[in-house]
Amino acid sequence: MNLSLKLIRAANKPRVSAALALVVAGLGLASCDDAGGDPRRQIGANPVLPAVQQYLLPPIRIARPVPWGNNTPSVPNGLQIHALATGFQHPRSLYVLPNGDVLVVESNGPKAPVFRPKDIITGFVQTFAGAKAKDANRITLLRDTNGDGVPEVRSVFLDHLNSPFGVALVGHYLYVANTDAIIRYPYQDGQTSITAPGTKLTDLPGGPIDHHWTKSLVASPDGSKLYVGVGSNSNVAENGLEAEHERAAIWEVDTTTGAHRIYASGVRNPTGLQFEPVSGKLWAIANERDEIGPDLVPDYLTSVQDGGFYGWPYSYYGRHLDPRVKPQRPDLVAKAIMPDYALSSHVAPLGIAMYTGNNLPATYRGGAFVGEHGSWDRTPLNGYKVVFVPFSGGKPSGIAQDVVTGFLDANNHTRGRPVGLAVDRNGALLISDDVGNTVWRVSAAPAEPANKPAS
Amino acid sequence: MQYNPVAGTTFRPDTRSRLIAATRVRTMHQALVPFPVAYFVAAFATDLAYWRTVEVMWERFSVWLIAGGLVMAALVALAAVIDLVFAKQKPAWFRALGYTLAMLLSLLNVFVHSRDGYTAVVPPGLTLSAIVVAILLLSTVPTSWTLTTRRRGARS
Repeated sequence: MNLSLKLIRAANKPRVSAALALVVAGLGLASCDDAGGDPRRQIGANPVLPAVQQYLLPPIRIARPVPWGNNTPSVPNGLQIHALATGFQHPRSLYVLPNGDVLVVESNGPKAPVFRPKDIITGFVQTFAGAKAKDANRITLLRDTNGDGVPEVRSVFLDHLNSPFGVALVGHYLYVANTDAIIRYPYQDGQTSITAPGTKLTDLPGGPIDHHWTKSLVASPDGSKLYVGVGSNSNVAENGLEAEHERAAIWEVDTTTGAHRIYASGVRNPTGLQFEPVSGKLWAIANERDEIGPDLVPDYLTSVQDGGFYGWPYSYYGRHLDPRVKPQRPDLVAKAIMPDYALSSHVAPLGIAMYTGNNLPATYRGGAFVGEHGSWDRTPLNGYKVVFVPFSGGKPSGIAQDVVTGFLDANNHTRGRPVGLAVDRNGALLISDDVGNTVWRVSAAPAEPANKPAS
Repeated sequence: MQYNPVAGTTFRPDTRSRLIAATRVRTMHQALVPFPVAYFVAAFATDLAYWRTVEVMWERFSVWLIAGGLVMAALVALAAVIDLVFAKQKPAWFRALGYTLAMLLSLLNVFVHSRDGYTAVVPPGLTLSAIVVAILLLSTVPTSWTLTTRRRGARS
């Protein structure tokens, strides 16, 4: 090597390392904090929202599955829990028919496409969390005639579906929301299986990407409309805005004609819809965006306003700008509605049941149970439980309480993950568990014998 | 490999041709060095295209090109180590350090490009791609495609 090169080399070495340090610091690459704050600060009407934080390596904190064994989830005093049925294949949502039959939707998403090297890694990691379990693409019926919590009949109700999620019965028509269409089936009271071919009511946004594939469904009280939760096709529009056509929205579908309109938009992934019994308003649970911090963005529970825009992808929790989206839309951000009730970040609410039954203690009446599937990208893990949000006068009236816990063991392994919720004919709360492949039933504990000796 | 010391003043034809062959000895890594350079230059171009068009296809091209360049860079590193050990080579420090720095920045860059949304590229990913191209142009490309030179002891 000649002298001039040696000189350049000597002069360059410190400069190069200094330049590298500058680049690393300047791009904000050095911060990789995945430790979230106290989740309780993000529950309720006014969650604490930290600053946006971007990662070099997004944190992945999945919980490895372990079997339940003889364990069950835990419930507070006054309640009891047992397995209604086991041995399902990835049970997701639940629906109770008027005669008390319970429908268990066994489903998983279509194969995710690989657009970037990241998608290969994500797919690989998800297999460790049990999220890529084989699905049956069917609906199983459970019938518990005598109400003792042990079903006497178990049959395949509907088979060969396409990643189904939402179910709604209107009169003698059963509507099933596959990932790409709503299918209508004729249903007679007491039927234990449907073999008649369905007819398509309307297409729904499906493949080829189908990032958020679950289509939640609820019928309006008069049965004239269906409301459909259609999740976004990406985390934050990274697949292009054209892939988001009529997604991240709640659709209103006419049950007679199949015509639809966008009832509300900007809801990243509306995974559950319910009508609040006092006000008669439509409420939704939604999964918010990832990769901007362990405490961003809180998932939420909200009333859904007709024509309302809830921010995604341009802003979160009202008008908090998400810098990652191009082009930005200040006009839309200006009218973004702040959701009613934060459930805290990354809890992944996938099931909601407004409680109108009589079996559980009176404190639960009128409120909302929410099934939190659990986080995969923060420390400590968040969710993995069923919470209860008390309601009063048609609005949330207090802090969410843990009702069903114990889905994680002491070593942060997951025995199960709650998904869909439903209230059965006797007023017990049903919970599907897509890792434990079980449907759990929570009911009031029998009254303590009066003569029980004091301990 | 064996190198005959050239002694005396009488050059026999076969010695002379052997000398030329020896100074031009081909190292294994030399053939691989251009691949990451080509990939990263292409990634810079697709980053520029994404910056101007906001068409996600370009961002996907970029992240695959950077990932592919890193795979080739790993092969370069492996081959260079073999050359250093077995082919009586020593590092050409200026080129080797420049090249290594470009590879390390590209490793950062593949993670930055794996973020979601426009800010995965503009400005941090695009900046990194530009710096990588600049380093490669200044250090490696104009002088030689090899990251090593022959050890002095191996020279006649």
